Amino acid sequence: MNITTQSYKPGEHPSLPPPRNLVGPVKWAKDNLFGSITNTILTIVAVYLLYLIVPAILDYFFFNAAFEGSSRAECREIAKGACWAFIDERISVFTYGFYPVEERWRPNLAFVLLFVALAPVLFDKVPYRGKLLVFSLLYPLLAVLLIVGPVSVESMHFSQGVSGPLTWLVIFAFASALFVYGSKTHNALAMVVGIVPAGFVLVAFFLSDALWISIPDSIGLTNAADDIYIFEPVDTHLFGGVLLTIIIGVTGITLSLPIGIVLALGRYSNLPAIRTLCIMFIEFIRGVPLITLLFVASTMLSYFLPPGTDFDLLLRVLIMVTLFASAYMAEVIRGGLQSLPKGQFEAADAMGLKYWQTMRHIILPQALKVSIPGIVNTFIGLYKDTTLVLIIGLLDILGVGKTAISDPAWNGLSTEVYVFVAVFFFVSCFGMSRYSLYLERKLHTGHKR
Amino acid sequence: MSAVAESDRPSAGLLSLWYNREARQVIIQIFTIAVVFAALFYLARNAAINLERIGKDLGFAFLLEPSSYDINQTFIEYSSRSSHLRAAVVGVLNTFAVAICGVFLATVVGFVLGVLRLSKNLLMNKMVYCYVEVVRNVPVLLWILLMHGFVVHTLPHPKQAGDIAETFFFSNRGINMPSPTFEPLFWACALVFVAGIVGAVFYKRHAKKVQDETGKILPVLWVSLGLVIGAPVVVFLFTGMPIEWSIPALKGFNFQGGVTVKPELMALTLALALYTSAFIAENVRAGILAVNYGQTEAAHALGLRNNRTLQLVIIPQAMRVIVPPLTSQYLNLTKNSSLAIAIGYMDVTATLGGITLNQTGREMECMLLLMAIYLSISLAISSFMNWYNKRIKLIER
Amino acid sequence: MKLKSILVAGAAMAMSATIANAATLDDVKARGELNCIVTTGLVGFAYTDESGKWNGFDVDFCRGVAAAVLGDGMKVKFVPTTGKTRFTALNAGEGDVLYRNTTVTMSRDADLKLTFLGVNYYDGQGFMVSKDLGVTSAKELDGASVCIQTGTTTELNLADYFRATGMSYEPVPIETNEEARTNYLAGRCDVYTTDASGLAASRATFDDPKNHIILPEIISKEPLGPAVRQGDDDWADVNRWVLNAIIEAEEFGITSANVDEMAANPPNPSIARILGVEGNYGEMIGLDNEWAKRVIKAVGNYGEIFDRNIGPNTEIGLERGLNAQWKDGGILYSAPIR
Repeated sequence: MNITTQSYKPGEHPSLPPPRNLVGPVKWAKDNLFGSITNTILTIVAVYLLYLIVPAILDYFFFNAAFEGSSRAECREIAKGACWAFIDERISVFTYGFYPVEERWRPNLAFVLLFVALAPVLFDKVPYRGKLLVFSLLYPLLAVLLIVGPVSVESMHFSQGVSGPLTWLVIFAFASALFVYGSKTHNALAMVVGIVPAGFVLVAFFLSDALWISIPDSIGLTNAADDIYIFEPVDTHLFGGVLLTIIIGVTGITLSLPIGIVLALGRYSNLPAIRTLCIMFIEFIRGVPLITLLFVASTMLSYFLPPGTDFDLLLRVLIMVTLFASAYMAEVIRGGLQSLPKGQFEAADAMGLKYWQTMRHIILPQALKVSIPGIVNTFIGLYKDTTLVLIIGLLDILGVGKTAISDPAWNGLSTEVYVFVAVFFFVSCFGMSRYSLYLERKLHTGHKR
Repeated sequence: MSAVAESDRPSAGLLSLWYNREARQVIIQIFTIAVVFAALFYLARNAAINLERIGKDLGFAFLLEPSSYDINQTFIEYSSRSSHLRAAVVGVLNTFAVAICGVFLATVVGFVLGVLRLSKNLLMNKMVYCYVEVVRNVPVLLWILLMHGFVVHTLPHPKQAGDIAETFFFSNRGINMPSPTFEPLFWACALVFVAGIVGAVFYKRHAKKVQDETGKILPVLWVSLGLVIGAPVVVFLFTGMPIEWSIPALKGFNFQGGVTVKPELMALTLALALYTSAFIAENVRAGILAVNYGQTEAAHALGLRNNRTLQLVIIPQAMRVIVPPLTSQYLNLTKNSSLAIAIGYMDVTATLGGITLNQTGREMECMLLLMAIYLSISLAISSFMNWYNKRIKLIER
Repeated sequence: MKLKSILVAGAAMAMSATIANAATLDDVKARGELNCIVTTGLVGFAYTDESGKWNGFDVDFCRGVAAAVLGDGMKVKFVPTTGKTRFTALNAGEGDVLYRNTTVTMSRDADLKLTFLGVNYYDGQGFMVSKDLGVTSAKELDGASVCIQTGTTTELNLADYFRATGMSYEPVPIETNEEARTNYLAGRCDVYTTDASGLAASRATFDDPKNHIILPEIISKEPLGPAVRQGDDDWADVNRWVLNAIIEAEEFGITSANVDEMAANPPNPSIARILGVEGNYGEMIGLDNEWAKRVIKAVGNYGEIFDRNIGPNTEIGLERGLNAQWKDGGILYSAPIR
């Protein structure tokens, strides 16, 4: 076709296609890969690196990996790469540790319910959000009951002490009366002082074996002769693998946020004594490595408890991990508090709001919103740090892997274990960080340029 | 204020104190302090009873007894006859060694990656993105274990060690390098070197003054290089190269002579640097992005070339954003170095908090000492970085 | 009024938290489970199979104690520890008894506040090297890199040995047996040193066990034995006599197969005493008189435990050697039950 012969009225000429080198793959490549000399060099280096890395990884993971076999030797006969048969065979240990097989429906159920409890907290377009939030609040108790089972009354010191259960009943009565009095007269202090012991007694009663084993037993609901209980207590030493990782991670994450908020407010408070105490606590925790705190939990903590108290190792670790995470959380939230202009505080004061009202309605909603990326990062950090419990002998996912490879048949497969655990952590942490991005975008109301 | 009005309220006795703002604050503080001290006292009392019960005493005299164990990497004189205290010092120095190497490497790699992450080259950009995401979403303990496995399994056995010019050797027992022994005249070179640094600093000040007054730019970089490197080299050559090199050689099981970088140190440094660099890369990227593009345009409009723009306009402003998170990354790296215990690198957690604790059974003393050591290291790093941060901070009206 | 109620609540909580320190034996009986401290994994001595069940030489002794005290060898909770955490775990009360190839030494007994109960395996520290090195004696190890497990007596013995012989070495400290194995096979160290039994156990898991030799020098005495916390003599007695009963059962030919038969019809008074047909030996240590019978039924005698876990017919393939009964030329010699 000869374009020059065709004539158009002014303004009616159809758009010509753009020059070849300004569209399509050529233009794209020029823009993104070969824009300048440095760019071209970078591209070549990158391609070479990819050539080195990608085939090797694929080979190790898939093409040259053994998916079947019953021992390391058999694996090695099949292929030179990874021996996934081992992971396959031990997958239940990796997931539950040594949790009794017939009871595994309990952690499974707790895990499923975790998502039900999380949904209303994480996403705001959930149907029946209000009712579900109540469930979220009760979830921790339910989870403990499901996973650990009823706690023996003896170990909670219910039956010892001044005069046994009666004491606790009296405490409960006093504390709840105090709470009711506080809520009637709007006295926050009385409410807090009342709710803590009252809640403690309630929680203890809810978790006690008196409620879940003795009472059903005495009215014939369970069959004691066959050892069939609704909830058999499961020893925490049997916890392991992903189960333990999730328990430590989720507990630390949920408990560290409120404690972190309190610490941050304390550090930001204008009462010198409280401020100093909070600063000392935060800086101490942040100044020492988590591993020393875990050593303290495993070696020293029992010295500081009353003589003869047998304090569960997992519980000790949970306390330490929570304290550790809350110090970091406090700093993140303090950053959020500091980012607020002074005017916000002054305006709240001018409106005549009291300290807690100011914090609850004005300061914290804004400060927390600003701190969300930091909070999620602290969560992810804490979740990754759960691997350290291996060093004090708790068998998290990495720990079970390490014990599993001392089986003579599978000896020497440490790389497979590390890689498997690495993939596990990558998937879960990457998921969390994606969620944090979503949240950041969602909460980014205003200030958009 | 409202406090006055509140205290006027007709309320009898103690309660009126509660309605007075100042009095209430004092009461709350006294109450808090009392609770904290009571708790501490309770814990201390328990500890005393418990120690009494097992028949242990508390004391640091054991630190002066011979340690009876050997350490494979020592920067000061140490043998199994030295005291536990000395073993702890050796451990602290080893912690410093890995922290300093790690911080240096992580900073360099992190800055390079952070800049590459912003490069227009799509391929490089995405690769760095993948690197950052993969690295920071996997626990550092796993990186340490994987890196140690990598170093020990892929590097050759000493008998088949790879080498560069028969002086540097690589094997899974570490990197063996020639070590210098200095003859007396060498100190002349060292002196000239120090003088060179001092000279360079003064020259830079002078150049800045000249530039402020006349706008003339003096060749600071070249003169400094000449003073710091050129002059000592000249002196070195003139004094007849007063250094003896001890070249490592394979004797028996291992390389003898020279200095060895142990594979544990290598693996730990690499793993910590790898992990931390991913975080630093993100900080650097955020820092550079935080500088408004208008700054670049303005600099270009003033006629500054690309590298001058970067050097004089972008980097100084980006540093203000980068330094505070960088501080916490350095602190994290130092604290993460305590995971050395997982691969047998003898840092202070492994000597004082590991073997000493275990051989003497002094949990309480060892742990307290260990925490005190880490606390002072952390405080030292953060106060240094705070000082640096203050120095580069924007001076506001 | 308000203040008062708070004070009452606080005092009640504090008081109920202090409970009397009951004796370990009663604790174990009340709990219905024995907490036994073992290693995190050493083939032949204590390791888990794919169902998570613990097996091994030390594990069987734990099961023996559980059988004696609770009547069921499976009622044991195993507390895995590294060389470093084991004593603190015991002293902190996480375990009732420690069976973790632990060397009996004076400082551990006196300074770490443990009570050792005897010896269940006589061991000694040895060296393992690859045959390719051409080394035949520990005296030729000058300049070698040596893998050692930290927190053990081997670490101290090694330092002493090399110092005494005037040789130099590079210690490569390792936390667990599995890591030591990996490092040794990767060539990170030339020599792996630990108790000779542990060396043999590790070697059994190599791809090419024949290419590794254990050097003839044994540089230390390593009597491995169980321990309990100091200050609970009754509990120490129970454990001591379970160990002795297991050893003495072999001496008198009582096995898990013939124990019922022997109890019904004891061939001699010694056997009658062990099996509780004669005397009140069980009651003396706070148990019933059939305690030893249950132990032997549950785990067998010393020879059975040895053969099942680490004996010549297992992958580990250890000979009895020093651990043979005194009558067979070994030094295994239990105090008599009488």
